[in-house]
Amino acid sequence: MDTATTTSAPPPRAPQQTGTTRGKPRPGDRIFLGMSRGAGIFLLVIMAAIAGFLTYRAGIAISKDDANFLTTSEWNPAGDPPVFGIAVLAFGTVVSSVIAMVIAVPVAIGIALFISHYAPRRIATPLAYVVDLLAAVPSIIYGLWGAIFLVPYLDGLNSWLNEYLGWTYIFEKTGEGVARNLFTVGILLAIMILPIITNVTREVFLQVPKMHEEAALALGATRWEVIRMSVLPFGRSGIISASMLGLGRALGETMAVAVVLSPSFVISGHLLDPGGGTFAQNIAAKFNEADEFGRDALIASGLVLFVITLVVNGAARAIIARRKEYSGANA
Amino acid sequence: MAKRIDVSGLTAYYGSHKAIDDISMTVEPRSVTAFIGPSGCGKSTFLRTLNRMHEVTPGGRVEGKVLLDDENLYAKDVDPVAVRRTVGMVFQRPNPFPTMSIFDNVAAGLRLNGTYKKNQLAEIVERSLRGANLWNEVKDRLNKPGSGLSGGQQQRLCIARAIAVEPDVLLMDEPCSALDPISTLAIEDLIGELKERFTIVIVTHNMQQAARVSDRTAFFNLSAVGQPGKLIEIDDTERIFANPSVQATEDYISGRFG
Repeated sequence: MDTATTTSAPPPRAPQQTGTTRGKPRPGDRIFLGMSRGAGIFLLVIMAAIAGFLTYRAGIAISKDDANFLTTSEWNPAGDPPVFGIAVLAFGTVVSSVIAMVIAVPVAIGIALFISHYAPRRIATPLAYVVDLLAAVPSIIYGLWGAIFLVPYLDGLNSWLNEYLGWTYIFEKTGEGVARNLFTVGILLAIMILPIITNVTREVFLQVPKMHEEAALALGATRWEVIRMSVLPFGRSGIISASMLGLGRALGETMAVAVVLSPSFVISGHLLDPGGGTFAQNIAAKFNEADEFGRDALIASGLVLFVITLVVNGAARAIIARRKEYSGANA
Repeated sequence: MAKRIDVSGLTAYYGSHKAIDDISMTVEPRSVTAFIGPSGCGKSTFLRTLNRMHEVTPGGRVEGKVLLDDENLYAKDVDPVAVRRTVGMVFQRPNPFPTMSIFDNVAAGLRLNGTYKKNQLAEIVERSLRGANLWNEVKDRLNKPGSGLSGGQQQRLCIARAIAVEPDVLLMDEPCSALDPISTLAIEDLIGELKERFTIVIVTHNMQQAARVSDRTAFFNLSAVGQPGKLIEIDDTERIFANPSVQATEDYISGRFG
């Protein structure tokens, strides 16, 4: 569920007729008013329906859960009494998404700047096209590529990280096994969210008004200084929005994670240790075999993912709003 | 330090289109020189060749020489970025950095040039804002965004930003065309004060403005749309407006065309 794209704008009002020009509203206006108002209401109804469904089914499951739903590192809804919790899933989802963001956001900004401000048009256009192609690859293909190609290659990187950066704790490898871990998932997710972040930031960078760039140039700014003084500040809210779109995808990504990760219900701060899990991966892996109650339990975990996504989006909007008076939109 | 500008045989292109053709003139230090002429005659293009901003436009290139005192701005080993640090520019539409405070806007050029101590920076910012006749209006809200000021105040902020780095020359590209008459008057008064310290070149569509603020006036024209712009004549402003030596200048000034 990606809520970053589903903000509802209030439906536009039909022009008001006043004074001597008062007359019957024209049919085109009324039809358009009805359509746009209907679309707005429809969106709210859908959101309410999803939230209601999730909450209702989750309520059934959580009320019978014998353990604390939020802190338990176990998933056994079929047991007697049922014991299940989302601690591992929340941890795995957040950690893999954070790794993905740390890798993808700077690279995406770099590519976007190269396309918008450095590359000659001859190169920029095909490059932008290639980035678009990256977005068109289905996620199951990414998963297969990750499992078959990326994992063996990352084994070497993992031992290298363990040897030289093991002292950082997070890169210390305590368990045996191939690189089917959260770190690999994070890298794969980074590649998957790269195109959307790149495309949105590139569009924003291209919209920086010429006069702001010229203001910096005329002061004797080099190209990098122009980017630092004019382009990045202007694109700031766009970069945040783009990152949230990418984060939304990373949080909810299912197939690629399910194919690459070898799941286990253990929380480990050592990113290179195999195991862990994410909300979406866990639902995909267990949904088919679960009974009615097991499905309710999975839906309860889905509700948590939904809430996390909402919170992340809300936080992003708050950051953008707080800086509004300095935003480039005032120009 | 105001410097003399000496242009000889300057031709500028946009791609294969020749925008201005073979322009030569001298601009005296500590004076105001106005460029007038009909739209498309290349006066803005010419202005932008004086700080090497013309080549920023894709396809823009220049032939000829621009001497600042004795240094050719278009010599091979000259860095255009360094040129722009000594030749400041004010644009048609006020363009303070929208994401920066008033203080940071004025300090922007200084921070590019090097490091300053905090109190040193504050001192230069105050001096520049005073120099731009803006200090009294903004001294209580230096940390507020520059985009919150009125258009005329924003333009004076841009002038403060440009003079903060003590350029040799100040170029102004129709600085009042987006402003109301009162703000225009404020800027014109300011130009009168600034010319004691800087060499000022101003492009204007407003002939009364050229007559009011400038010491010398250059008239540009083009023979037809699509043809390159040419310098018709440059002379003391009084002479240009009272008794120009070329008929076309008189026609333009008296409103017979353009």
